[in-house]
Amino acid sequence: MLNSLATSMHRKPRLRLAALLTAPVLWLVVAYIGALATLLVTAFFTIDSFTGNVVKKFNLENFYDMFTDAAYKNVVLRTLGIAIGVTVICSILAIPMAFYMAKIAKPKSQKLLVALVLTPLWASYLVKIYAWRTMLEPNTGVVDWLFGSLGIHSPGFGGPAIIIGLSYLWLPYMILPIFAGLERLPNNLLDASGDLGAHNFYTFRKIILPLIFPSLVAGSMFTFSLSLGDYITAQILGGKLQMLGSVVYQNFSINLPFAATISMIPVTIMVIYLYLVRRTGALASM
Amino acid sequence: MTKPIIVSIRGLTRSFGEVRAVADVDLDIFEGEFITLLGPSGSGKTTVLRMIAGFEKPDLGSIVLGGKDVSQLPPYDRDVNTVFQDYALFPHMDVISNIEYGLRVKGVDKSSRRERAMQALKQVRLEGYENRKPAQLSGGQRQRVALARALVNRPSVLLLDEPLGALDLKLREQMQIELKELQREVGITFIFVTHDQEEALTMSDRIAVFNHGRIEQLGSPREIYENPQSLFVSEFVGQTNKIEIEGRKVNIRPEFISVSKTTRFGDCSIQGTLRDAIFVGAVTRYLIDTTLGSTMISTNPTEVISIGESVTLSWDKKKEFLVQ
Repeated sequence: MLNSLATSMHRKPRLRLAALLTAPVLWLVVAYIGALATLLVTAFFTIDSFTGNVVKKFNLENFYDMFTDAAYKNVVLRTLGIAIGVTVICSILAIPMAFYMAKIAKPKSQKLLVALVLTPLWASYLVKIYAWRTMLEPNTGVVDWLFGSLGIHSPGFGGPAIIIGLSYLWLPYMILPIFAGLERLPNNLLDASGDLGAHNFYTFRKIILPLIFPSLVAGSMFTFSLSLGDYITAQILGGKLQMLGSVVYQNFSINLPFAATISMIPVTIMVIYLYLVRRTGALASM
Repeated sequence: MTKPIIVSIRGLTRSFGEVRAVADVDLDIFEGEFITLLGPSGSGKTTVLRMIAGFEKPDLGSIVLGGKDVSQLPPYDRDVNTVFQDYALFPHMDVISNIEYGLRVKGVDKSSRRERAMQALKQVRLEGYENRKPAQLSGGQRQRVALARALVNRPSVLLLDEPLGALDLKLREQMQIELKELQREVGITFIFVTHDQEEALTMSDRIAVFNHGRIEQLGSPREIYENPQSLFVSEFVGQTNKIEIEGRKVNIRPEFISVSKTTRFGDCSIQGTLRDAIFVGAVTRYLIDTTLGSTMISTNPTEVISIGESVTLSWDKKKEFLVQ
């Protein structure tokens, strides 16, 4: 019975494909695209200011508010700045780290290092952020306690603290793609560059960096998009500072359509970012 | 030889863990010669080349290049260039940028850079390919680009690490001739690493045969082939028959043994039966069971012989060689 099923499946490639893909396609369409579409539609609704109920009538009021209120513009720019800052810091930390893992470490310690990079991902997001809160607490935090006598003080809660927290959280997502990219990079290209007279930094700029650029982009898609949408870290480490996610979170219970409108901002930014990345050709080699 | 020495290697030693890859190698290389480091894989030939290039540091010993001890210098401070086994072309650069790379590093200005690169491209007969990416080239073309990229810097020594290994037979034979001609044309010293004995015999002025990290024999292709100094060299370079005759333990190459039904061609002979004839293209290998009990190979029949027939093997005594 099973055997004959397998045989008939073998003869009908379309049926085989359907059996393989039905579940994931359903998931994608209903849960993923469905949710995004609902978000988009909701963004054009309003609420009845009297009853607080959602009025399901298409209008652009939310978008008008969003574009005219300078406070939202500031939040958008701040969030963008934080996401870019996190991405830059993660890149600067990840490249030498991944280079050591891929090209210098012995095979045995290489496996250990990959495991170590992954270890923080096993711990809860919240635990890690609260740990950073304890570290960065002004006057009583670990940073002030350890380094205060050296004149190094915690930046306190705010933008820098958010950047530190998010960089810590997303660093593994940057290290791993760059590590994979460097592993694929043949060693003899580095030998060849040196052989042709290039010092190490020249080789890094002209050979390594262009060739791992797709990996860097892959990593940045994680660090950048995850930072754009964050609100928990902002809440715990940001003090009074708000990010886009915080605004969405605050409006969620009082004005759901407006929260949806604000949510369209990071979605739009990511779409633009992906489009730009696609134009560089970096996605083609991923 | 009266030619000046360009590379002088003394007591060169390198170990990887427990393995001694290169053990106390001495070698002088003359200016303008084509020298081949020949040996099986793991014999240390590539490690010697990589130490000359600067990719590996020797544990002991010295490498003097053009009068200067370079053994502790990084690759970018040595006046040598390398053609890599799998070419190592930069995949994100087109052909001309690949070739110009070394000149750009050294700060050669744009116009003379382009001029020299185009000239190198012409030298390897790849005009018209300057804007292709390496991925758009065939193996043979990549090989030529790698060659041009190294030669354009006019190094005093060019190192070639099994550069023809990945090419098919026909192309390899063609490239062997071209490489040799190119070397004569540019007059640069070529140090060529290969495990292919035929390639070594075809191209080299001198061959250094490597085994277990040491040089077993150094000499011209003819000396190596006709007068091998050790059992290893005699077996690695060409085929050989080992026999014990009239109390002498000798070796003789298959092409020097004549096979005939009755006639003797030479001052030594032995009787046997033709067991098999293996056709390998240009020659046919005759396997003969001799009355001594051993099987001998000959590639030199003098008449038509069928399998199972009795034959006489004969050769000139002066073609025999002794091996310790």
